[in-house]
Order: sequence, then structure tokens, then C-alpha cells
Amino acid sequence: MSSTTDASTGRAQISARTLRTDRWWLPPLLNFAGLTAWVAYATVRAFQQDNYYVAEYGYLTPFYSPCFSVGCIPEASHFGQILPDVWWLPYAALTLPFLLLFRLTCYYYRKAYYRAFWLSPPACAVAEPHKRYTGETRFPLLGQNLHRYFFYAAAIISVINTYDMVLAFTEGVGLGSIILLINVVALWAYTISCHSCRSIVGGRINNFSKHPSRYKAWVYVSKLNAKHMQLAWLTLGTLAFTDFYVMAVAAGWITDLRIVG
Amino acid sequence: MTHDQHFRVWRGDDEKGELVDYPVEVNEGEVVLDIIHRLQATQAQDMAVRWNCKAGKCGSCSVEINGRPRLACMTRMSTFDENEVITVTPLRTFPVIRDLVTDVSFNYTKAREIPSFAPPEGVEPGDYRMAQVDVERSQEFRKCIECYLCQNTCHVVRDHEENKENFAGPRYLMRIAELDMHPLDSADRQKAAQEEHGLGYCNITKCCTEVCPEHIKITDNALIPLKERVVDRKYDPLVWLGSKIFKRGES
Repeated sequence: MSSTTDASTGRAQISARTLRTDRWWLPPLLNFAGLTAWVAYATVRAFQQDNYYVAEYGYLTPFYSPCFSVGCIPEASHFGQILPDVWWLPYAALTLPFLLLFRLTCYYYRKAYYRAFWLSPPACAVAEPHKRYTGETRFPLLGQNLHRYFFYAAAIISVINTYDMVLAFTEGVGLGSIILLINVVALWAYTISCHSCRSIVGGRINNFSKHPSRYKAWVYVSKLNAKHMQLAWLTLGTLAFTDFYVMAVAAGWITDLRIVG
Repeated sequence: MTHDQHFRVWRGDDEKGELVDYPVEVNEGEVVLDIIHRLQATQAQDMAVRWNCKAGKCGSCSVEINGRPRLACMTRMSTFDENEVITVTPLRTFPVIRDLVTDVSFNYTKAREIPSFAPPEGVEPGDYRMAQVDVERSQEFRKCIECYLCQNTCHVVRDHEENKENFAGPRYLMRIAELDMHPLDSADRQKAAQEEHGLGYCNITKCCTEVCPEHIKITDNALIPLKERVVDRKYDPLVWLGSKIFKRGES
């Protein structure tokens, strides 16, 4: 029984879980469907170990970057091959967990999945189904406080993605390299707009007047931060689309539209 | 332009109550509070409702309209369909006194638990000097009209009465953030926010921000920055490692 319907609390006795008449269930449902679909696609692709690199144009999908497995195509391994080639280990197993944890602990995604998956709460003023609630006060959710360290890791991985994109441009310009470029720009925008980044660059200080450059950085990141949700979804889209495009070219389903070279 | 609308208003006290139906006249330009006043004037003279300014600035007329926490004086009737049933109930997080009036003293208790502004030693009132850029973040939080819609909506206490003891609620965590960001405040706010006022209970689902009639970005500008400051202080493994290696105490 929720406190809102519990007679012992002295609250107004209203048995309905919510009296909202709008379609409050739609946003969590869309989030549930969108995040589930993305995770399913990413999981299949991460373990597929095929069609991740187009040698002719230097296209490497972000899902396999950096390609650390001895099973990787040698040209796709820009930073060496140190992981065993086994079916249960994604070729980019050294970085994918950090990217997953970066998004899992992201302040936007937390809102999205607490609402859509854990129904805590499903929507504002709609009672959650759980009897007890301790939030992020204890293990494992206390670990959400490590978000900033996954942010550091994600920034390093964004540098690697940028390097992959630049390498693709050294082979000429095609639709694929432009897609890689758009994905990298979106990834940087999402990473920089992170709430931890906003705190690190300037939010943590109290005397902006004594730190004008940090204040400017904080103002800039704050503007991006206001779009963090949109950037979170945009990057899910660009990541999946970039990966799919590279897969389609690598598999020979389509040919890359070349502009230069 | 006048039409009749179907209103359902919760009538009762802390022991029992029910939704009572009222057909009522609605005129162009009116807000929900106008209709409640019309019901008082015509059909239900003993209906209790708390109100004051009718301008969205006193925070008195907080109720739930069709299940959504709102100010009755700022909810225009023109936002509803003429055939729609309008349900008005008291805030569901606080004990009800009568009809639409609740006992919001929980919030006063939480306000008292937060130590007030603490200027540095030797700086007297009248000697405070600070740049505008240093205080404008805190000024956003000063727009709060203490309507308690955020406190009412937050599921941490709305759905879990037992958490009221340990959780200050978004309005008062925002107060802690306001003081912690103040360039002249010298009190230690961060550890207290986590250990005494329940910042960890907040799972940043942003309902406080959604219902704020002053459009204060409570979650993005107060609660998350405060969480990050607590991380600086309590959960930074590099700081923890440094304190172990150099045997520095917490300061």
C-alpha cells in the first residue's frame, strides 16, 4: 500500500493510485521501448564480431573501437591486440563497459530508467508500486556517485572515436566518413554536456568572479547541459546509425557514396 | 462566454472523506480558484480552501487538479475541455485538516533543521561584499514561493511516509544548495546534505522541477550540483586515496 492510500497517515482518503487524466503512461512506455530496442541492437552487434570494418575506406564502427582482440582485422586495431578471441568477449571489451557505465550513471538516463523500468515513480504524482524506497543511499545505487569517473573514461574514448574518424578522412571523403564525423560531433556534445562536466569545469566553485575562464566554460557547458536529454537520445541514434551504415558497407549490402577518393 | 462544468471536489477530514460532485457555472477568463470560490458562495458554504494572493505569488492555494499538483489560482479553466470532469483534491503527501486544506507543518520542521546563513568570522552584517556573478545562481532559488508542490510531488515522501523523518525534500535540499553556493557562507553543508538531510534519497526523476510554478530548475541547478559537490567530498576515490596515503583528515 502506498502512503497516498494509507489511512494511518492522516492523509486524505483517496483510494485511486492517481487521479491524472492525461496520458502519463506514454513517456515511460516510449522510453522503455526505445532503450530496450537500443540495448538489444547494441548487444547483438557487440557480440557479432563481424562486419565492423571497411578496410578500403578506413571505416571502423564505434562499437568496435578500439579493436583490442587478436581476432580483429589488423588494420582495424589502431592500438594493438591484447584480448583473446573468444565468442563471449566483444572486440572492444576494454572500453564498452565504461561507455555502458557512463550512460547507466548519467543523470538523464537515471531519470529515464528509474521511471520507465523501475516505475519509481512511473510519472509525477502516480504512486510507485514498491513498499520501500531507499533511493541512492546504499549499495548498489550508491555507485551512481561514480558518474564523473565514467565521464573521464568516456572523454578518452571520444578522443579515440575522433582519431578513428580522422583516419577515415585520410582515405578520402565518402558518406561513411561524414556519418562518422556527425557521430563524433554528437558524442562530444553529449559528453561535454554531462552534469559532472558542468560541475568540474566551474560549478563546484563559489567565486566565479575570481575565475573568469572557468565561469565562461561553466556558462557554455550549462547551455549544452540544458539539452542533455536531447543529446542523450541523439547519440543513441547516431551510434546505432553509424554502426549500421558501416555494417551495411562492410557486408556489401550497399556501396559507400564517395565524394573524394 | 459562460458554460456549466462538472466539478468533483474532495470533502472530508483526517478520518474520512469522499469526492462530491458539483455542476457549476464557469465564465471566460476564470481560474480553478474562482470556481472553488463560486462553490463556496453558492453550493458549499462550509468548503475549506486555503488561498491568499490569487496571483501565484503566495503559494497558498496548492491543490491537485485532475491528479496534478497545481496552484488553483494559476490554473486557467480555458485549459480544460468544457465537457471534462475537473477533480480537485487536497495535497496527498500531507495530513488533511479539512476539505482542500492540509497541514504543511512537515515543511516548517524541515526548514528549521537547516542551519541558517553563516558569514565568515569577523564579517558583520552590512559588510558583506560580493560580485553579482557569484550570487546569481543562488538567486534563482530565492524565487521559491514555498507552495510545497515540489515537496508534495516528490515520490520519496509522497509514496513513503517513513522517509519523512530522514528526507528534507527538494525545497530544502535546494535551500542547502543555495547556501553551499553562496560565496560568503562558511558552514559545512555538503556532508550534512548527504548524511542528515537525505540527499541520497533523491533519484533525480525531476518531478519537483515539473511542478514548480516559478519554473525553478530545482533538479538541474540545485540538486544535481549538490550531489556533485557531495561526490567531491565523500565519494571521490582519488581524494580518498590521497587521504589514506598522506593520512590527511577530512576537512
